[in-house]
Amino acid sequence: MQLRGIKRLRYGSSLGLDFVMRPPVNSTLGYGLVLAGLAFAAFAAVVGLVTGLTRRENALPWVQRAIYGFAASMILSNVVMVKALLEHDFSVKYVSLVGSKATPTIFTIVSLWSALEGSILFWGAIMGGYLIAFTWTYRNEHGRYMQLSLGVMAAVATFFAFLIAGPANPWGHIPNPASDGPGPNPLLQNHALMIIHPPMLYLGYVGMTVPFGIAAGALLRGELGDAWLVPLRKWTLVPWLFLSIGIILGSWWAYAVLGWGGYWAWDPVENASFMPWLTATAFMHSTMVLERKKSLKLWTIALALGSFVLTIIGTFMTRSGVFNSVHAFTQSDIGPTFLIFIAIVLVFSVLLLTVRGHLLIAESHLETVWSREGSILVNNLVFVALTFTVLLGTLFPLVTEALQDKKISVGEPYFNTMALPLGLLTLFLMGVGPMLPWGKADPKVLKQQAYIPGGLGLATLVPVFFWRYAVWEPFGTTTKSLGAFLAHMTSGDWMALATFGVAVFVTVVTLREMFLPAQQRMVETKESLFTALVVSASRARRRFGGYVVHLGIVAIIVAIAASSAYKVAAERTVKVGDSLKVGQYTIRFDGLANGREPHRDWVAANLTVIGADGSEYKHVGADAPRMNYYERSNDPIGSPLVQEMVWRDIYVSLRTYDPKAQTATFNAWVFPLVGWIWYAIPLLVLGTLIALWPQRKTIAVVKADAPAAAAAPGTP
Amino acid sequence: MTAESRNRLIAIGAILVAGAALAWIAFGNIGQNLVYYWKPSEMIAQGDKAFGATIRLGGVVVPGSLVWSAEHTSLTFEVADTHLPTAPKVKVKSDVTPPQMFREGIGVVVEGTYAPDLVFKTNRLMVNHSNEYRAPGADGGMPAGDWKESLTQADEKK
Repeated sequence: MQLRGIKRLRYGSSLGLDFVMRPPVNSTLGYGLVLAGLAFAAFAAVVGLVTGLTRRENALPWVQRAIYGFAASMILSNVVMVKALLEHDFSVKYVSLVGSKATPTIFTIVSLWSALEGSILFWGAIMGGYLIAFTWTYRNEHGRYMQLSLGVMAAVATFFAFLIAGPANPWGHIPNPASDGPGPNPLLQNHALMIIHPPMLYLGYVGMTVPFGIAAGALLRGELGDAWLVPLRKWTLVPWLFLSIGIILGSWWAYAVLGWGGYWAWDPVENASFMPWLTATAFMHSTMVLERKKSLKLWTIALALGSFVLTIIGTFMTRSGVFNSVHAFTQSDIGPTFLIFIAIVLVFSVLLLTVRGHLLIAESHLETVWSREGSILVNNLVFVALTFTVLLGTLFPLVTEALQDKKISVGEPYFNTMALPLGLLTLFLMGVGPMLPWGKADPKVLKQQAYIPGGLGLATLVPVFFWRYAVWEPFGTTTKSLGAFLAHMTSGDWMALATFGVAVFVTVVTLREMFLPAQQRMVETKESLFTALVVSASRARRRFGGYVVHLGIVAIIVAIAASSAYKVAAERTVKVGDSLKVGQYTIRFDGLANGREPHRDWVAANLTVIGADGSEYKHVGADAPRMNYYERSNDPIGSPLVQEMVWRDIYVSLRTYDPKAQTATFNAWVFPLVGWIWYAIPLLVLGTLIALWPQRKTIAVVKADAPAAAAAPGTP
Repeated sequence: MTAESRNRLIAIGAILVAGAALAWIAFGNIGQNLVYYWKPSEMIAQGDKAFGATIRLGGVVVPGSLVWSAEHTSLTFEVADTHLPTAPKVKVKSDVTPPQMFREGIGVVVEGTYAPDLVFKTNRLMVNHSNEYRAPGADGGMPAGDWKESLTQADEKK
């Protein structure tokens, strides 16, 4: 395939001119830039690693220049691709696959990442962006810290550049281009979220290369001093945030576009993004123990390496097509290449940890589990357990198929029964951890601190229980006797109830930890609440930012529990004027309508949502659930109606319609609190930004370290 | 043995026990929640073993086999391996309204269970999307459906 790509290019440029209207400027230029990027990355990797291992630090500027060269080539190659897409240059292979003159401009640009080859190319640009940002930020840092790390990152970049140049080459030249193309997948044109979700996810995935490089560099060098720690933490936090946003937007997209009334299905591609998120989150926590107590060094580094390995496995799972059809596995050109790369990265990581691991000596030991560091260790174990169960469920079908040639999948109940208890435990730890001091907790103080949040948590259970069985789905509508009622209370019900109680406990603890320092300042210095809060928060940005993120995560967990345990569903075929009831709402079918947009036709089922109080909301045409018909596609793509409100969403999906009989079949749901999953994004962003904001103290530490680093060349 | 190394040993032991317990629960749980992908011929070949298990049966809807119940609340149809008239087929009873693009001759995946009365009962009916948008797949890459493709194939699930 890679040969075919190159051959086709040569063929086009030498012989093709006779019958091609325009010379293959775009493909030649774009492919040339990819090759240049490959050369730059390979140079940076070899020079960085060789001179780093032999401790010749004066080669650092050459590594930096090569990395700038790689980044520039990759970004420019993407610019050329966007230009080719906008020009509808169908002589470029990738444009011929996803381009179409009928596609709106914004979706034409977005189609850069709407198929395999383009998305890997875009991947290269993001890799370039990260490497340029990292190299520039630490340009004055000494080679002792940077050379090996940059070398490792450049080695990863080399792999991706090779992938673009060979197996996933988007720049193939087509000698006799068609006058128009098929356009990107209609599903990707169906919603604006598709414009922002993939880049977020890529920024998360690709960014994990940086902490991997730093960690591998530290291991190769055999030291993990303070100078490594700040970049390691910050450059994990950045991809962590993007990964979080990418995952949430992805679930929002699935919810708003696919119309099956859910946002998470434990699909392999979802799991692929969730696993590195779990290990990166564990890393963010263990790095606190590392910085404070100088212990858990090897563990923390292992988490950084593991997160990267999981992003690569995730890329493989989503990009090679193994999960769509097993036949695509052997046909796919990038699958085998990826497997080899995964094997190399795994062997390299394990070797590093076993051979160099002993150099990272813990400088303190854990005294008791009843301490901040103890709770973080437990939290880490829970996160790793969660990662293990998800990985097992995701890879189990692949392994069974490879070994026994049986096609199976692991059902959602497996993931739910495994993940829900572990998730609840994580939530509980989010409340316990912040209450525990570093070192050793005093049981008496701990008990006193726990009274108010614990009491409020328990007190929440009563109104929630009452609301659930008296108001939302009243006792008696589905059950007649107490025995039947208890049987009706499924494990999910109990779990949701427990989640709300623990969530209140965690929220109270978190808010108290956030406001207590401010309150003390107000008493001592007579400042206003706002000033005191800002000053106390800026004194401990990481802690404060971390708590803001915690509040966002609590909101997400509560939203998941409420929307899955307390949802109400209905399915019915109705005639015009008739209605179906879902929970407290009545949905009346007002008739069919149709309309036309530049890139699609649609048929909508107009309807009116009637609340329990008689209030009516009309949804007509484009605002109603509909079926979209795209050019050159036989099958309609449905768009559900999502009536969003702060406390609940009404979700109506048009399943079928019959214009002759004037009937329509609807699936309708009411999801309490579901929107809080996406509303939590700003909290995650705000918290991360507060934590990332440079602190004066850390700068002083870095500067104090600099002379020592400068003195290093003399000491090998 | 110092107190410190004894504590460490206890901690490692505890973690190993917890890890083993987790693995044991996870594997047991997986065994209960497997979903088998079979064509009609493969499912029939399983004999009695196919009864009761959660199965995703994939094939094509046999033309002329579609029958709605009197109240239009359930329908039955046959799913065959291929379009050939001689292909092995299985009778399917669905309690859910199929999606708009459902029609005779189209490829479907139905999830449910097979019973000794030789009727496959399903409450989850998925229609294979047209392959036209899989153009990049024909070239050996992944289908244009991107990484959400597998989700979209299940977009009729509830």
